[in-house]
Amino acid sequence: MNIEWYIVLSSLLFATGVLGILLRRSPMVILLCLELMLNAGNLALVAFSRMVGNEQGQVFAVIVMVIAACEVVVGLGLIVAIFRRRLPLNVDDLRELRG
Amino acid sequence: MEAVVFFVAAIGALGGAIGVIAMRNPFYSVLALIVHLFSLAALFLLLTSAFVAAAQVVVYAGAVMVLYVFVVAYVGGGGESAWEPIPGQRFLAPLLAIALFVELSIAVLGSALKALETDGPEVSAGFGDPAAIGRLLLEKFLLPFEASSILLLLAAVGAIVLAARRREAEGEAPSKHSPTRLEGASPSAPNA
Amino acid sequence: MSGTAWAWLVLLFPLLGSIAIALGYRTLPQKAAGMIGTAAIGLSFACGVAALLSLLGEDAEARHHASSLWDYASVAGLDIKLGIFLDPLSVFMVLVVTGVSTLIHLYSYGYMQSDEGYHRFFSFLNFFVFSMLLLVLAGNFVLLIVGWAFVGFASYALISFWYRRETATRAGMKAFVINVVGDIGLVLAAFLIFRELGSFDYGEVFEKAPQVFSVNEWSVTAICLLLLVGAFAKSAQLPLHTWLPDAMEGPTPVSSLIHAATMVTAGVYLIARTHVLFELAPTAADISAFVGLATLLVAATMALVMTDLKRAIAYSTMSQIGYMIMGVSIGAYSAGMFHLMTHAFFKALLFMAAGSIIAAMANDQNIDRMSGFGKAMRFTSITFVCGALALAAFPGTSGFFSKDEILAFAEARGGMYLIFTVLGYVGALMTAVYSFRLVFRVLPGKPCTEAQELIDTGHVAHEAPKNPATGEPEDTDVGFPGPEHHIAEQSAPMRVAMGVLAFGAIFAGLVQIPGVDDVVTKFLDPVWEGSPLAAIEPSLGEDYLGLGIGGVIALLGIGIAYVLYVARPELPRRVEQRLRPLHTLFVNKWYFDEAIDFLVVRPALAIGRFANRVFERFVVDGLVTGTEETVRGAGGIVSRVQNGFVRSYALLLIAGFAGLGLYFLLSSS
Repeated sequence: MNIEWYIVLSSLLFATGVLGILLRRSPMVILLCLELMLNAGNLALVAFSRMVGNEQGQVFAVIVMVIAACEVVVGLGLIVAIFRRRLPLNVDDLRELRG
Repeated sequence: MEAVVFFVAAIGALGGAIGVIAMRNPFYSVLALIVHLFSLAALFLLLTSAFVAAAQVVVYAGAVMVLYVFVVAYVGGGGESAWEPIPGQRFLAPLLAIALFVELSIAVLGSALKALETDGPEVSAGFGDPAAIGRLLLEKFLLPFEASSILLLLAAVGAIVLAARRREAEGEAPSKHSPTRLEGASPSAPNA
Repeated sequence: MSGTAWAWLVLLFPLLGSIAIALGYRTLPQKAAGMIGTAAIGLSFACGVAALLSLLGEDAEARHHASSLWDYASVAGLDIKLGIFLDPLSVFMVLVVTGVSTLIHLYSYGYMQSDEGYHRFFSFLNFFVFSMLLLVLAGNFVLLIVGWAFVGFASYALISFWYRRETATRAGMKAFVINVVGDIGLVLAAFLIFRELGSFDYGEVFEKAPQVFSVNEWSVTAICLLLLVGAFAKSAQLPLHTWLPDAMEGPTPVSSLIHAATMVTAGVYLIARTHVLFELAPTAADISAFVGLATLLVAATMALVMTDLKRAIAYSTMSQIGYMIMGVSIGAYSAGMFHLMTHAFFKALLFMAAGSIIAAMANDQNIDRMSGFGKAMRFTSITFVCGALALAAFPGTSGFFSKDEILAFAEARGGMYLIFTVLGYVGALMTAVYSFRLVFRVLPGKPCTEAQELIDTGHVAHEAPKNPATGEPEDTDVGFPGPEHHIAEQSAPMRVAMGVLAFGAIFAGLVQIPGVDDVVTKFLDPVWEGSPLAAIEPSLGEDYLGLGIGGVIALLGIGIAYVLYVARPELPRRVEQRLRPLHTLFVNKWYFDEAIDFLVVRPALAIGRFANRVFERFVVDGLVTGTEETVRGAGGIVSRVQNGFVRSYALLLIAGFAGLGLYFLLSSS
């Protein structure tokens, strides 16, 4: 399988993640879709690293994983805080930050 | 042989992804994501990135998803329909997602980068080994490595601060907001 | 001291007087203000005499000097100086203006004594004299226009002197607006002069004009016509005359000074001063002469039927100025100026006497109610008769010689100009009739109530103060006439002034008896040097013939008036009934006011209303409000993006990303 396949698969997964973000209302699921997108990016990075022949892309992917972990932590903390305050866990209802 | 593994892993990844976005219950979405992550790990292995695959399984599927499971169990949810587009944008979302995919594919498939059509150069046996990654992390990418550890610390502290129980705030919060509706909020009201 | 230095002093004193009285209006006692005002003009007159003497000490050809204090603007081909021009014509005007003004100030000293606005009156009066002197002494067209405009303002200020009277303020505005129309003509003429001749200075303009212009070229004709617009507005000739009768709303000294002797003669002075240009544009000069003739006749008809004493005299002024305009337009320059001088004397005198009579009538100006003042007020009646005799050109009076000189010149010029002579004599007949109509209506006969009161008690009648035209009640505080009325018999300054003028009215003609002496003509001749028209001189025979015809006509007119108003008092009413349409036409002032209202005022008001309703509302407001609403609308649309929906933000993000990707794809293919 040449590298093209991996990249195309990665973009398909990315598009799926985008679709999920636009379609779902629950912040939990939106965060999960965010993970989808991040992982798609990781896949692309590793594929390119294989194509180029050094491991720098993989190091990048590892760092991305770390970032994803941090973001998940903060996001879940937000969700717990929202839940604790008995606000609806619904991205359409949480819209007081507007201009 | 390689193609078979690729397709199985690809179908697993795609299935997991579709499961994430399509399942009604967020718990099932989490489980679908875990399947997706394992499939990706298999794909990483196909790309001779052993360390990344291992990290994916251990860190991502192991630690991060466990976090998700805990929170989903705590929060609950589900019972809502899967597809709830923003009013007035029913077709725009899928259209844009498909457009994005098509564009990226065209970019890749029509690319003049010849190396994309290969399998990659011949690599040594230690390609993708933890040793190689570790050496890069500690030599070339020391700064990002240290910075990301600080970021982890910050994230942890931030999460604790966000989710901490505040005794006074807890008491006031319920009276400020109604349980199911925010005051003065209606989804289609224009900005005044 | 040189002549021009005296001329600068002539200008200085009235200005200082005006400022001094204005600054001290609270502190100066009334008498002091009056004395300062009169003294200022008196000093000015003295300086004028000194300038005259200095001019007489020179040769006739050298009697023109220009002097400038200051370069006002000298840039890019424009050279305007604050400069005066001293020559026999300007000295003549200075003497007439300051002489008559001094006497009128003296008269006002007594007449306006009980008015609360005494200081304001004298300050404005002094300012008026200053402006008039500036006008006649100006050495270039710019300063002329400055003086012209100041005079218009002073006239407005003095007509609306009793500012709480609505009729007065309206009259002031009417006068000012019509004057401004004239100002426009004058300013445009000045522009054209500068364009064609490159200078505003009198000396240069009059030297270059014959070289640059050929006879009756359109540009010089245009200049002269525009100058005529200015002259007609200022001198109340048809059709810009409607302000003069209304200007009688001002106090009598104002009518006497401004609207008889000085301001209204500015037009005559203008034509005389620019005679070089008018001789190059004979068409314009002829138009001017015909307008003067028309005014002469129309005004005389109106004076025949007027029942308001001051307005009747105002129409008489219009008519006499018609004579002067006619005179200077056909080339009788010295004759026209001579008539200006004599007219100043007898018209000012007539107004002063009328003022005295009106005061005795407690400010009522209707001659239908006046009678028998001959017995009640001896001095006033004698001076009134003197003025009327001069106006009617009774043989031997000043008016006799001056008016007939103009008509004799017209006859000597011959050809078409005989019309002027013939119709001029018709006008003279009407003049005699209407002037003695006033005399015979007011003076003889059984005394009216006010006159009787004067005879019996020696006190002037007192009535509740009211507006003489509309009958509205007023009070006597500032802005309205004062409580007391002063008549000549009870006020020495008034008597002195009227006496001097009566002397001048009767005897001033003796300086220009044809065949005996011609002081004025000889003095003014150097000014018209080189003019072919001024060289025309009627022969002695023609002169005496003219005088004879004039004398006969004057006596005829007085006789007709005697018959109509003394011998057979029922006759006027029968004549009026026979000629009812004519009478209505005359009484309604030939419907000029109505015509101007229809042709000018209403369209202007309609344009204003249109501008307000349509243009303002739709175009201007539309633009402004439209811009505002567009901005607000656009802002509203844009702010809808920030609706708080996270997913719509994400959508926009993705949409942008997709768009960008598309762009890069396309640009790289």
